[in-house]
Amino acid sequence: MLLSVLLDLGTGYGIAALGAGLAALGAGVGIGRIGGDAVQAMARQPEATNDLRSNMILTAALVEGAAFFAMVVGLLVVLK
Amino acid sequence: MPTFAAANKGVVPCLYMLKPLLRAAFVLFGALTLGPVSAQHDGHDAPHAEEHAVEDHAASATPSDAHGSEARFDAGKLILDHIGDEHGWHLWGHTSLPLPVILYDTQRGLQVFSSSRFDHGHATYEGYALKDHAVVAVDAAGNVDEAATANIWDISITKNVMSLFVSIALLLVIFLSVAKAYGRRAGMAPKGLQSMLEPIILFVRDDVAKSAIGEKKYMKYMPYLLTAFFFIFINNLLGLVPIFPGGANLTGNIAVTVVLALFTFLIVSFSGNKHYWHHIFAMPGVPGWVLAILTPVEILGMFLKPFVLMIRLFANITAGHIIALSFFSLIFVFGETSPGAGYGVAIGSWAFTVFMAMLELLVAFIQAYVFTFLSAMYIGAAVEEPAHH
Repeated sequence: MLLSVLLDLGTGYGIAALGAGLAALGAGVGIGRIGGDAVQAMARQPEATNDLRSNMILTAALVEGAAFFAMVVGLLVVLK
Repeated sequence: MPTFAAANKGVVPCLYMLKPLLRAAFVLFGALTLGPVSAQHDGHDAPHAEEHAVEDHAASATPSDAHGSEARFDAGKLILDHIGDEHGWHLWGHTSLPLPVILYDTQRGLQVFSSSRFDHGHATYEGYALKDHAVVAVDAAGNVDEAATANIWDISITKNVMSLFVSIALLLVIFLSVAKAYGRRAGMAPKGLQSMLEPIILFVRDDVAKSAIGEKKYMKYMPYLLTAFFFIFINNLLGLVPIFPGGANLTGNIAVTVVLALFTFLIVSFSGNKHYWHHIFAMPGVPGWVLAILTPVEILGMFLKPFVLMIRLFANITAGHIIALSFFSLIFVFGETSPGAGYGVAIGSWAFTVFMAMLELLVAFIQAYVFTFLSAMYIGAAVEEPAHH
């Protein structure tokens, strides 16, 4: 699988796939930190849970947006 | 706490009584859901769908197709066909609902005919044909005429437009009846549909509009925020329904999201006060040479904000559709190597699709919320009064 991706590098498909993968990696780290820190904050201050939850979802959606940018660019490359 | 214990005493026996009932319901649910799946396995549905996809592919595959042999199942093409727009609405098997094709040809004037004339791209009609889901002009021999194609303005009622009409009708029915109920039942407790929508409307008012725009000015922007929220929410949900009136990728269509983002941009720009424009063109308290860098960045940011709104909604919903279709395609990709592998993968892929569908329900709400909330924040920044020091 990876080999075929590397072989595709010349056509731009492989690079698009790698780019999308890297962006997913970054977004994964970002969402992981948001989730982890939010759960920690909820554990420390259970009374603030509702506020934290909506902020957590909002921030996660924003981080996700960054990953989707990469996805759109990847799609554009593949579909060009 | 005696009251709590007393209340608990009442609840616990109730739960015991419920347990066998729950179990029966679970068994029934299992039987009902597993039934269709096993029927699909030894029935005709799965091979049929594959046949259809392969046939479609073979008809439109070009010799330069990177995936080689024409009879192979092409998941990429299947997925892209489904998330794109079409002149016709695929219902089941080989049945699809033909939709009107409306063309404005600068040479030949207005042309209106049914998309069934194209016979799914196999036929030409009065010098027009379908190529990659787009209407093109062709000459007598059936070759694409580039010059004549440039004259065509395609304003057809496509699948997405039809889906837009469905959602408009749905929104009108829901909100007119709820609005009427508020008039009729003034001062009374909400009832029916009203009680389902009231918490969501209050959520948009209190958590989105009030918190982002502020107590004083939020009311003026409530109509837009509520409209944007429910339009996006209902269309996201309709996109998740796999059968006829749903399933179109409307909020995952860049043309729809660009219009929504444009509305936000116009509202922000027109309601921007002196304070807002002052901050964009000449940030107070910043030395002149920094302004030379900062002002272009601020002006860029003015356009970037709605642009990001557009991309976020488009990409989120499109990604959801791609994921669901990818799981289905996996079945046929594996089924090609051996039917057994296809059946085996089908179980996992079915489970994952259900899981992703649940996640997409959440995403449908979150994306509507995020779009509305960010719009409200941008409006809030535009109407904010300077703090008095």
